[in-house]
Amino acid sequence: MITRRLPPWFVNALLVPLASVLCGFVVAGLVVAATGSDPIAAFSSLFQGAFTNQDAFAETLVSTTPYLFLGLGIALGFRAGLFNIGAEGQYYVGGLAGVFLAYSIHGVPGLIEIPLALAAGMLGGFVWSGIAGALKARFGAHEVITTIMLNYVAFLLANYLIDGGLMLAPHVSTPRTPEIDANAQLPIIIAGTRLHFGLILALVAVPLVWFLLQRTTLGFRLRSVGFNPTAARANGMSVGQTLVLSMGISGALAGLAGIVDILGVSHHMTDTVGAGYGFDAIAVALLARSNPWGVLPAALLFGALRNGASFMQLDTQVSSDLISVVQATVIIFVAAPVLVRWIFRLRRQQVAEVQITQREETAAV
Amino acid sequence: MEFLSHQDVVGLLAQTLVTATPLTLAALGGIMCERSGVVNIALEGIMLTGAFVGYAVALATHNVWLGVLAAVVAGMLIATLHAALSVSLMVDQIVSGMVINILAVGITGVFYRNYIESSGLAGPDTLPHWNIPGLSALPVLGRIFFQNQFVTYAMLILIFAVHVVIFKTVWGLRTRACGENPAAAETAGINVYFVRYINVITSGALAGLGGAYFSLQQIGNFLPNMTGGRGFIALAAMIFGKWTPIGAFGASQLFAFSDALGSRLQIANVHIPIQFLGMLPYLVTIVVLAGAMGRAVAPAAVGKPYRRS
Repeated sequence: MITRRLPPWFVNALLVPLASVLCGFVVAGLVVAATGSDPIAAFSSLFQGAFTNQDAFAETLVSTTPYLFLGLGIALGFRAGLFNIGAEGQYYVGGLAGVFLAYSIHGVPGLIEIPLALAAGMLGGFVWSGIAGALKARFGAHEVITTIMLNYVAFLLANYLIDGGLMLAPHVSTPRTPEIDANAQLPIIIAGTRLHFGLILALVAVPLVWFLLQRTTLGFRLRSVGFNPTAARANGMSVGQTLVLSMGISGALAGLAGIVDILGVSHHMTDTVGAGYGFDAIAVALLARSNPWGVLPAALLFGALRNGASFMQLDTQVSSDLISVVQATVIIFVAAPVLVRWIFRLRRQQVAEVQITQREETAAV
Repeated sequence: MEFLSHQDVVGLLAQTLVTATPLTLAALGGIMCERSGVVNIALEGIMLTGAFVGYAVALATHNVWLGVLAAVVAGMLIATLHAALSVSLMVDQIVSGMVINILAVGITGVFYRNYIESSGLAGPDTLPHWNIPGLSALPVLGRIFFQNQFVTYAMLILIFAVHVVIFKTVWGLRTRACGENPAAAETAGINVYFVRYINVITSGALAGLGGAYFSLQQIGNFLPNMTGGRGFIALAAMIFGKWTPIGAFGASQLFAFSDALGSRLQIANVHIPIQFLGMLPYLVTIVVLAGAMGRAVAPAAVGKPYRRS
């Protein structure tokens, strides 16, 4: 077969992810067919809702924006051997910190207030994930479990602050924080849509994260610790410090996603929990194979799926939860390249195994 | 504190035992799984699957017991996927668990919308209350332990069953060997893959039964995402209980008690932020993982795919 002569980089960076997405749609199609609906109709309305309806593509890009930040953060964690499953919580804490600053300040030009709010959001995310990083570095507490637990603490904290009254806007029917001033809102970049400047920020973050990982000392340390912590320590690197910083930066990006969504779209924060961006973003990072550039198409795909799904549900009555089936299948195929190898009859050497987290250092799960 | 009359305290404890039922069952499943060396963050998804399939079957057959059985079988099936991915295909066990959680939301959501939401069928009855003759008349204990529904009784029995299996049987010894040092276990003639498969599937049965609690015991209905993160609290209970059945039961009781107390306090209009009570399971787990309150030590080989050489 022709695929036998393909170079490994092509197989790993393009063929496996594309094949995984294809398989994801095939499996989801089977599920739709099993429920007695028409998969073709469902997917074509998914596509319409994501790309071709009026303003659909702008809305897809609005959903892509947080996926970019979150996917970059989680991918960066993977490179350090850290599985940040708590991006969802960091997104909330970042949002809380940023929105508090943004609605508290008045009469300051946007050029000053917006960067301050973004910084507060990043700080919130940094601290929240930094806790997990520090617990791992100091006590060997596995970051998967601590970040899962911190997610729920974050939800309850947001609920307490907003519902409990400390950050509650006066005289509103559903609990939410006060609105931020107009000058603190991120500008709309296409008039008549909700597409805001956050997308530009997210697009700038891609090369920045790539640069951080590939061209800086910190990035080198981070990758060394991810690749082999024992060797990194033997070479005089502080593994603990690197773990805390990597986890912190990963969370800072998640926090940025939270505050950018608030400054750009909602302009306040509600206590409604479970946007689910943080978990989807793990799939984004996996599909991107932890490569910052790969996050770009993966985030666009997930943004399109999320945006298209709501139209599909309206149009064809197929539940928008269907995209979870697509996502789960995509992750299976990306994480088990052996399956892709079977389906496409590739040689063993061509397909790289996916090694996400180093396990030598971890003490307890 | 007038709301805490004698009657109320007994009621509170009875409610605690009931609320702790799915937590304990899923935690027992987690123990079976992790003792054999496979991390199980999929408990949430397995319970959701069990809750849905159990309800759907009970609805279709008008038989709540077939529903319970179906919940257990569905849990085993989806756990088989976890085993296939993490044991045979050596997918990262966390990723595999996450896949199950996402898949469970997707599949139950799609089928719920197409079949159940629109069916307009009347829901099945909830599982009957059984008063154990004699024992249920005991003061205090009777009300707490012996006036329950099936899943709660099953939980009470399974705590001891899992304890015996893990600590007193050859299978338990093999399981623990696979979880601590799979290479050595294999040298001793144990088939590590087989042991891990069976344990992961057993954990699916236990968590699936836990799922039946939500749809068939508690309310007699299915709602999307009705497990609401209880699978992760079960994970916390497993860790706080140091991977032992009795410990996990105790931890589940503590978490369920704080939950039940929170809702009582709210009803009684006592102004304390109940969110902090809700944080208890999560904070306790973090503290335990950090080594305070006695270090929680996971099975040594947990999380590592075993590759025969």
